[in-house]
Amino acid sequence: MVEARGVYKSYAGVEVLKGVNLTVVRGEVTCLIGPSGSGKSTLLRCINHLEKHDAGELRVDGHLVGYEARDGKLYELNDKQICAERSQIGMVFQRFNLFQHLTVLDNITIGQVKVKGVSPEVANVKARELLARVGLDGKEKHYPSQLSGGQQQRVAIARALAMEPKLMLFDEPTSALDPELVGEVLDVMKDLARSGMTMIVVTHEMNFAREVANTVYFLDGGVIEESGDPRVVLTEPSSERLKSFLSKVL
Amino acid sequence: MTTNGDDAVKVVPVRHAGQWVGAGFALIFIAMLVHTLFSKVPTGSVICHTVNGVRSCRPEVAWRFSWNVVGQYFTTSPVLQGLVRTLELTVLSMVIGIVLGVVIAVMRLSTNRLLSSTAWSYTWFFRGTPVFVQLFFWLYIALLYPTFSIGLPFFHFIPFTHIAFWHFDANSVFTPFSAAVVALGLNEAAYMSEIARSGLIAVDEGQIEAATSLGMTHGQTLRLVVLPQAMRVIIPPTGNEVISMLKTSSLASAIGVTELIGTATNIYSANYKIMPLLIVASLWYLIVTTILSVGQFYLERHFSKGALRTPPPTPIQRLTRDARGILMKFRTRRGVPANSVAS
Repeated sequence: MVEARGVYKSYAGVEVLKGVNLTVVRGEVTCLIGPSGSGKSTLLRCINHLEKHDAGELRVDGHLVGYEARDGKLYELNDKQICAERSQIGMVFQRFNLFQHLTVLDNITIGQVKVKGVSPEVANVKARELLARVGLDGKEKHYPSQLSGGQQQRVAIARALAMEPKLMLFDEPTSALDPELVGEVLDVMKDLARSGMTMIVVTHEMNFAREVANTVYFLDGGVIEESGDPRVVLTEPSSERLKSFLSKVL
Repeated sequence: MTTNGDDAVKVVPVRHAGQWVGAGFALIFIAMLVHTLFSKVPTGSVICHTVNGVRSCRPEVAWRFSWNVVGQYFTTSPVLQGLVRTLELTVLSMVIGIVLGVVIAVMRLSTNRLLSSTAWSYTWFFRGTPVFVQLFFWLYIALLYPTFSIGLPFFHFIPFTHIAFWHFDANSVFTPFSAAVVALGLNEAAYMSEIARSGLIAVDEGQIEAATSLGMTHGQTLRLVVLPQAMRVIIPPTGNEVISMLKTSSLASAIGVTELIGTATNIYSANYKIMPLLIVASLWYLIVTTILSVGQFYLERHFSKGALRTPPPTPIQRLTRDARGILMKFRTRRGVPANSVAS
């Protein structure tokens, strides 16, 4: 589903990603772990082209991200094509980023109606289904500011799912939550993983990674230090860096 | 602590001596103001009566502020026509100012250097020159460009290729009124662009990222996500700008627009009733400002949706709430429990 080969990215001369290789299989859950500043979020943002990678090959579902290969050349995609690509990738942010001026229901329908051209009636039905799925039926008319952090993040997941994405990206979805609210969001994500959604999750929740992930990638200093089955990687790490990282977070 | 019954603890509020002294001075000042506003002064002539063959004379007196003259002119048709002109000027120039201001603000925030520096220069120029000069500039624009034509740029330098789609005479288009609308509107756009820009940059970047990740285009993100949220920041200073424009539009009288002040000037230059006519105009400005302030309150309330957990009460809601509070106090004093009223 996602294939990264030697992906480089730098901001103002500082290299954040230094040749990342990563493979995400359809229907599997991949967790990216690592210290802050290691490039986890940047990698995630490159996948849906919120950031443009500088070098290397990044493919989603076989297509190059942001480019089209034709006649041995790479053509940069125009805005419309990039938007179409993005609409098939759902993203959930650390700070929820719900549209503050819209009700919960409108937050979930706006993408369907304005980007996919779904009729408002159909979008409403789907939004209510998704709200029930994340355990928030009855909150349709609320504004985001009237909800707790955990509820907001579940609405954000519903908003992303409403676009019927083929891939879901989670950027530290529980880091901004009070400890007692983390569980409700992780439960929704576990449920999503069981339903066969392909997910890439940047997280500090090691228990979630161990329990749900098929593959764990440990990033440090812009490169993948170690990867593999979470039960192996997280219990018997081979690299010294991962050992010291785990001793700090566990 | 209970509010009813004998076991309630009596609370003695702290006394503020300074406030009492200040309030006393304010009261004296208000009394003086009211007194002088409605005082009468001798006009210099004498009124004589003959009652039962006895002739008595006393000096004639009149309102110091000539309220009777104010009343005479307040709703005359020239004044009302002037008021309508003032409102037209305000509305039209604010529409130009707001639309152009938002466009310039978006340009200013563009990543394209040429666009952003063009926007910056616009604001620099129109904010840096007096609006009074700009009014005359547009009125006399025909001195620079006697005719305007719309065609392809620079083609008139090449012989025989100049094709104009539209052609007009500057003198016939830039009447005092239209020159005033253009001048005030373009000037206002410079100020509005700064207000709009502050609103746009106040919207959290995460909102833009979320919209982008849903697959929205730049235009959709701006229209559906950023602008509606920027409105909350933009509305209060824009309300100020409307009220300010209402009064700035009086400068148009200098280029011959017969708006409210222009009308007042025309009338008092004929009959020398200067003060009463200035008061007539000022009262109308006060009335319109009051109406605009009420409108601004409801507009702000509308755009605070989602930003505040509970929107501020409208004056009517506040009134009913206060009335209910007083009623409740009254009933509890008579021994009825407070909660029987609230339910």
